[in-house]
Amino acid sequence: MVGKNCFAIASDRRLGVQLQTIATDFQRVFKIHDKLYIGLSGLATDAQTLYQRLVFRHKLYQLREERDMKPETFASLVSAMLYERRFGPYFCQPVIAGLGENDEPFICTMDCIGAKELAKDFVVSGTSSESLYGACESMYKPNMEPEELFETVSQALMASVDRDCLAGWGGHVFIVTPTEVQERVVKGRMD
Amino acid sequence: MGDSQYSFSLTTFSPSGKLVQIEHALTAVGSGQTSLGIKASNGVVIATEKKLPSILVDETSVQKIQALTPNIGVVYSGMGPDFRVLVRKSRKQAQQYYRLYKEHIPVTQLVRETAAVMQEFTQSGGVRPFGVSLLIAGYDDNGPQLYQVDPSGSYFSWKASAMGKNVSNAKTFLEKRYTEDMELDDAIHTAILTLKEGYEGQISSNNIEIGVIRSDREFRVLSPAEIKDFLEEVE
Repeated sequence: MVGKNCFAIASDRRLGVQLQTIATDFQRVFKIHDKLYIGLSGLATDAQTLYQRLVFRHKLYQLREERDMKPETFASLVSAMLYERRFGPYFCQPVIAGLGENDEPFICTMDCIGAKELAKDFVVSGTSSESLYGACESMYKPNMEPEELFETVSQALMASVDRDCLAGWGGHVFIVTPTEVQERVVKGRMD
Repeated sequence: MGDSQYSFSLTTFSPSGKLVQIEHALTAVGSGQTSLGIKASNGVVIATEKKLPSILVDETSVQKIQALTPNIGVVYSGMGPDFRVLVRKSRKQAQQYYRLYKEHIPVTQLVRETAAVMQEFTQSGGVRPFGVSLLIAGYDDNGPQLYQVDPSGSYFSWKASAMGKNVSNAKTFLEKRYTEDMELDDAIHTAILTLKEGYEGQISSNNIEIGVIRSDREFRVLSPAEIKDFLEEVE
């Protein structure tokens, strides 16, 4: 979700195989560089492998070009990588959030074969995506400061995953501003 | 003297540690038509002689300066056909970068990849090095840039450089006239004067080619009419 010169990216913490909960501290939001984060929902193994591959590509990019990747460029890279596997895809929906040129927030999501969807306010993915769309739509306001943004994102996330039996067990929220990153674990219903 | 025994094969070092084929490639470049480039504070200019073998040749069909991307251009000294192959490969690499990142390739990256291609041809079986040196001029987020790439695959960034037949005179002339804060129009005048220095015969708007890139990041080859204007200013 986009705020004023900042963005928030959040996920739930459940890792499960259908009805069985395997872990309650699973990390789904990953850092690419200080101002670029990616959240990967879907199949856990694909999320981890895709993340490792992206970090690999980004590190090479950093070494060759001596600079960090811009969020828009990174989104194009993810989209290209996903489409390379068009007929045997990664079962992941990424959510990409970053601060671009002049620290302008940038967010986008894509489907598992790389169809990019840019947004100015919020993007969602995962099993609770429909609830999340509803919650975000009603709770979102433009130009929120980091503290207010954190409240809004946490409320929207908790409200949506509570209605989803496959998601929950707390929330993990990152608030990223040009100067710092705040990482907070949100306590929710543990069921 | 022992070197000449090793000049047959590209992939064999001579006892003095040289790859003689690359030396020969540089000789081929050195006998090509003069070309030069100057990096100004707000752009880059590249220029070359366009001496045609006969007056019957249609000079509008000869294009020695080519654009690799909308904001990067290149000129060469040496063998024309080798140049065309490199231009094709470089353009493809630039487009592949764009397809992946939806961002125009930075000048240094394109130079690196072109140099890597040229190096490949110095370490493979059954091929010969490219008989061209390139001057790649571009304008990206790091400002105006000018690079020279040699047949060996080594590349250097230059403030001003020349290659080809008249290289030593041209470089001396450029050394004397180059200033750090030169503007592009001054650089174009200097480029024309440098070409004039070593030109056998009368220089005109039809027998030189000039390419410029300004801060608008659009690489353009100047038309004969525009070259004529600059020539008149120089006279």
